[in-house]
Amino acid sequence: MPITSNSTDLPAAPGRRRFIIGGAAAAALAGVATATGAPAQTQTRARVVIAGGGAAGLATAARLSRRLAGAEITILDRRREHFYQPGFTLVAAGLKGPSYVTGATGDFVPAGVRWIEESAAEFDPAGRKVVTDAGRTLPYDFLVVATGLTLDYGAIAGMDVARIGQDGLGSVYASPQAAAATWAAMSSFADRGGVALFGRPSTEMKCAGAPLKYAFLTDDTLRRRGTRGRAELIYNAHNRVLFSVPIVAEKVRMLYRDRGIRTNYEHELQAIDIGRKVATFRTPGGPKELQYDFINVVPPMRAPEAVRNSPLRWQTGPFAADGWIEVDRATLRHSRFAEVFAVGDVAGVPKGKTAASVKWQVPVAVDHLVAQIAGRTSDARYNGYTSCPLITRIGRAMLVEFDYEDNLQPSFPGVIAPLEELWITWMMKIVALKPTYLAMLRGMA
Amino acid sequence: MKELDVATFLAVFQEMLGPLLWALIALAAAATVLFVWVMLRDRGLRPRRLVWAEVAGLAGGIAAVLFMLAVTQSQLADIGGPVDWVLVAVIFVAGGVGTVVAAYGVLGALRHLA
Ligand SMILES: Cc1cc2nc3c(=O)[nH]c(=O)nc-3n(C[C@H](O)[C@H](O)[C@H](O)COP(=O)(O)OP(=O)(O)OC[C@H]3O[C@@H](n4cnc5c(N)ncnc54)[C@H](O)[C@@H]3O)c2cc1C
Repeated sequence: MPITSNSTDLPAAPGRRRFIIGGAAAAALAGVATATGAPAQTQTRARVVIAGGGAAGLATAARLSRRLAGAEITILDRRREHFYQPGFTLVAAGLKGPSYVTGATGDFVPAGVRWIEESAAEFDPAGRKVVTDAGRTLPYDFLVVATGLTLDYGAIAGMDVARIGQDGLGSVYASPQAAAATWAAMSSFADRGGVALFGRPSTEMKCAGAPLKYAFLTDDTLRRRGTRGRAELIYNAHNRVLFSVPIVAEKVRMLYRDRGIRTNYEHELQAIDIGRKVATFRTPGGPKELQYDFINVVPPMRAPEAVRNSPLRWQTGPFAADGWIEVDRATLRHSRFAEVFAVGDVAGVPKGKTAASVKWQVPVAVDHLVAQIAGRTSDARYNGYTSCPLITRIGRAMLVEFDYEDNLQPSFPGVIAPLEELWITWMMKIVALKPTYLAMLRGMA
Repeated sequence: MKELDVATFLAVFQEMLGPLLWALIALAAAATVLFVWVMLRDRGLRPRRLVWAEVAGLAGGIAAVLFMLAVTQSQLADIGGPVDWVLVAVIFVAGGVGTVVAAYGVLGALRHLA
């Protein structure tokens, strides 16, 4: 391997990090590092390309740049805006404006990391290079794919993203503006009442709790306006449960019953007639049309095209069809290309496409990558942890945290009960989650 | 959540409050210093002043709770399980004690109600 590696007590290269000036400062940092559990820097000349500068890409860049001295780290992402996506739901509930969820990618690119404002168009893992949409070829020693996922609105016949916000058409996912437009549509529905449809796609999706939350929030908005009696809320589950984790599914089923939210099982949105306000669902008994006054469209989600068209994707199994990357679920290392890792939504692992999973995945992938450079092995493991504060009304939420095996993984066992509607959980969602997310982008959380 | 250590908490609060974090820490430190200085100067606590400070503290505690409800767009009716009441109590006590210390210090420095 052409990569030099090594020792844990080397002084940091000048200029790598603002506050490491010399040996003494590096020693001081080593002290801090032990206190925060982070090992000291590894010297290397490795070229690391990070495709995607969203939640996972930026967090990876922050941690890698802290742990590697002398590495050439490059982030590839054409998008200048950074979206704090967990806040989209709050925008779509009228509690926050689009500016709450919109930041600048540039503010989070760590010092010393190069950011190229181009997209990865082609992955060539055999040749160890990435080609950008501008035709630039980037050779790498290590590749971290963090491109997130693509919202496939085109898969829903008749869907038009430009019309979100009009004629009762909502879609929280599309963008901060779409989330705000969805609030406008939901709010005017809440004034009048009628039929509201909710649901989710049968593909893997980010934050599987978000469609459920939005039904709760619509219910709450109606109650606050005194129009709940004039409205019918229907949640269309794509399979036979409301959530993939049984204990959570049962809890949501009971809450929906309590709130009077009707549930259809095995209903997946396949087409929409925006003018007539009719949605067509794929069901075991054939297509079924439902009239609506308000609908929250959650599109199918797939790996971005460049990933789908690459050898990185799963070749067989449940993650093959939508092109998710074939990684080991515990280490996030590619199963066939040892110098490739995938973190975040694009990783082909069960469950967890959330910012919370990113928070747990990134340190694991980074540790394996750094260990490989240093000629060590890492025993860091990702257990599938994911979390989604499930808002059940404005002012209350349930902490829902689980792992690959559907085990609940409460962060505050004995203090904050999971699956209980609490103000403290709501408070965490609205006060602490965004700062935690931003700290994660900087590699500090 | 992993890595729940002091550095993480500080990083999170830094993101939450920005420069305000340091302003608040400075304010708390100033109030504490003032309180200690007044106490040393008077060689003890003055009961009359303490009572006034405690009255202010009561208001401060209530204000802290109302403030947290307002910033989280919540109502008292949203307080659910026992841990929510604990949280309300913690917010009340924090706001209350902070106000008592600050009020006692300020009153002592002004000496009007001494
Ligand atoms: C409505 C909604 C609610 C959510 N709620 C929660 C929640 O409550 N809790 C939670 O933990 N998570 C939640 N999430 C999920 C969370 O936001 C995502 O899981 C997280 O952002 C994933 O990070 P990522 O880096 O994989 O993808 P992203 O943050 O989406 O970033 C991907 C980046 O890759 C870039 N990119 C794409 N293609 C390419 C390419 N070919 N080349 C280069 N760059 C590329 C994009 O421009 C983007 O910047 C929610 C998401 C949504 C939409």
